[in-house]
Amino acid sequence: MERETVVGKPPVVATPLKIGKKIGRAFFYAILIALALFQILPLVWLLFFSLKNNQEVFNTPLLSLPSPPRWENYVKVWVEGNIGQYFFNSVWITTVSVILTVLLASFATFAITRMNWKWKHVVLGLFMIGLMIPVHSTLIPLFSFFMKVKLIDHPLSIVLTNIGFNLPITIMILLGFYQSLPRELEESAVIDGCSVHRMFFRIILPMTAPVIVTTTIINMIYNWNEFVFVNTFISSDEFKTLTVGIQNFIGQYTTDWGAIGATLMISVLPILIVFFFLSDKIMEGITAGAIKG
Amino acid sequence: MNKMMSDKKVIALYVLPPLLLMMILVYIPIIMTGYYSLMKWDGIGEMQFIALDNYKQLFQDNMFWKSTYHSFLLAFFSVLSLAGYLAVALVLAGKVKGANLLRKIYLIPMLLSSVAIAQLWLRIYHPSNGMLNHFLMSLGIDDPPNWLADPNIVLYAIFVPIIWQYAGFYILIYYAALRNIPSSIIEAAIIDGANPWQMAYKIKLPLISGVIKVTIVLAVVGSLKYFDLIYVMTGGGPNGASEVIASYMYQKAFRSFNFGYGSTIAFSLLLICIVMTWLIRKLTNSKEEIQY
Repeated sequence: MERETVVGKPPVVATPLKIGKKIGRAFFYAILIALALFQILPLVWLLFFSLKNNQEVFNTPLLSLPSPPRWENYVKVWVEGNIGQYFFNSVWITTVSVILTVLLASFATFAITRMNWKWKHVVLGLFMIGLMIPVHSTLIPLFSFFMKVKLIDHPLSIVLTNIGFNLPITIMILLGFYQSLPRELEESAVIDGCSVHRMFFRIILPMTAPVIVTTTIINMIYNWNEFVFVNTFISSDEFKTLTVGIQNFIGQYTTDWGAIGATLMISVLPILIVFFFLSDKIMEGITAGAIKG
Repeated sequence: MNKMMSDKKVIALYVLPPLLLMMILVYIPIIMTGYYSLMKWDGIGEMQFIALDNYKQLFQDNMFWKSTYHSFLLAFFSVLSLAGYLAVALVLAGKVKGANLLRKIYLIPMLLSSVAIAQLWLRIYHPSNGMLNHFLMSLGIDDPPNWLADPNIVLYAIFVPIIWQYAGFYILIYYAALRNIPSSIIEAAIIDGANPWQMAYKIKLPLISGVIKVTIVLAVVGSLKYFDLIYVMTGGGPNGASEVIASYMYQKAFRSFNFGYGSTIAFSLLLICIVMTWLIRKLTNSKEEIQY
C-alpha cells in the first residue's frame, strides 16, 4: 500500500514515523496470515484425521501428525464406498456438460455478435435474464417434466440442466472476446471462399481459445460440485456423482471418523490437484465470470 | 459478404439449440412455477385450482417469514463481510510479499463441493470431538456449546462456513479490480501527497465502485437463494431454527410432497431475488460512472 520513494524527500532513518509504519505493516501481515490460517486449518485437520482411527482422533492433539498414518482408511472407503463409480460419473457428466455448454454458447455468441439479424438483441437479452433466475424456482416443474419424459434417475437430466443453467454465464464471458475480434477476419475468409460453418470452425473457434479455457474452467467447477439437481433427480447409486454419492456413503459411517475423512479427502483432492497446476488460469476464470456477471 | 452473414438458416441453426434449451429448462419452468403456485397439488394426483389460497396461507405461515428473515440475515452478514474482504484486498494489492500465495490459499474453500464443506464443518462443530470444542476444552472451557443443536446459535454457526466458503472469491475479485487501476492515477495521487487512507478512500474505492456494486448484488442474491450447506448440515433444524427460503421450499415440495405450496414459496423466492437486484442497482446507482 505504501510507496517508500516520495519525490524530493531525503531518506530518513528510524524516525517515529518509520517505526509506526513498520508496526502497521506487521499488523497487516498478521491479519493476512490469520485469515490464511482460518481458510486452510479445517482442511489440514481433515487431512490429519483421515489418517487416524477413532481413538487417535479423539485422544491426540488436534493438529498432531498421525503415527503411523493409517492409509488403510483410504483403501477401505475406495473398496467399500462405490467411490470409483461416483468418481467416474462425475468425470463424464462434467466433461460432456462442459463441452456441450461451451460449444452451444460459442454458436450463439457467434450468431449474436458477428451475424446480422433483427432480433439479436432480444435473443441476447433472453440469455442474460437467465443469470438472475434462482435454480430453486425451477426445481418443481423440472422434476415433473423429467418425470413425464422418463428422465428421472437418468444422467441426461443432469447434463441438460447443467447446460441450461450455465449457458448464460458462458455466453456473457464469451461476448466481450467475440466483440473484440476484427471484422476483417470474416471478410478475408469470405473472399477466400469460406462458408459460414467453415469460418466458424476453422477461424473463429480456434481464435477464441483463450476465452474458451476460461469458460471451461468456470463450467468445470460448477458442474463438478453441482448438488441440488443430482440430489433431486437421481436416486440410484449407479448414476450418482461424487458430490451426492459421498453424502449418502458418509450417512452410513457416522461414527468412523477416519473413513469419513478419507472419503472427503478423495472427493476434494482432484479439484485441489487441478488447482495446484492451473491456479492462475482458474483465478482468471473466476474473476472473469464474476466481474462480468 | 453481407448476404452470407445474414443467412437465416445458419442463424437459426446456431441460435435455436441453446435458446430452446433455455426455454425448456429455465423459462417455461419459471412460468410453470407461477402456474403451480395457484394449485393444490401433491405432485402425482390431480391438480386443483385454488387461485391465491396458497399465497394467503403463505402470508400467515410463520415458518415462511422466519425462513425469509434468516435468509435476509445471511444476506446482511454477507454484505457486512464484504467490507472486510475489501480491506484485505486493499492490503493485499499493495506491496505485500507472498500476495500471490495468500490469495491462492484464500480461494481454496471456494473450489470444494458444498457437501464436502458441510461434512467437514459438521465435524468441526461436533459437540465433544470436533475441532472447535476440542480447542475450547483445551483452553479450560468445560462446557462448550453444542453449536448445531442449540436453536439460539445454530444459524450463526452455519453462517460461518458459508462466509468461509466465499471469502477468497470476493477477495480475489476486489484484488483483480484494484490491480486494474492504472498506475498513472496512483502515482499522480502520491505526488499530490495523498496518504494511504486518502488513497484508499478517495481514489481506489471510487474507481472500483462498479465492481463493488456487482459484488453486493452477488452477495445478496446468492444469500437469498442459499441452500446446499444448510440442507446438508442441519436440514433447517433444529425445529426450523436454521431454515432459509430455499430449504423450506425443498422441504415442502420434496419431503411433504406439497408441490403447490412449494411452488408458491419458489415463486416468491424468484420475486424476492428480482426485487432485491433491482433495488440494489437503484440504490447504488451513482449519477456518473467513473471512467479511466
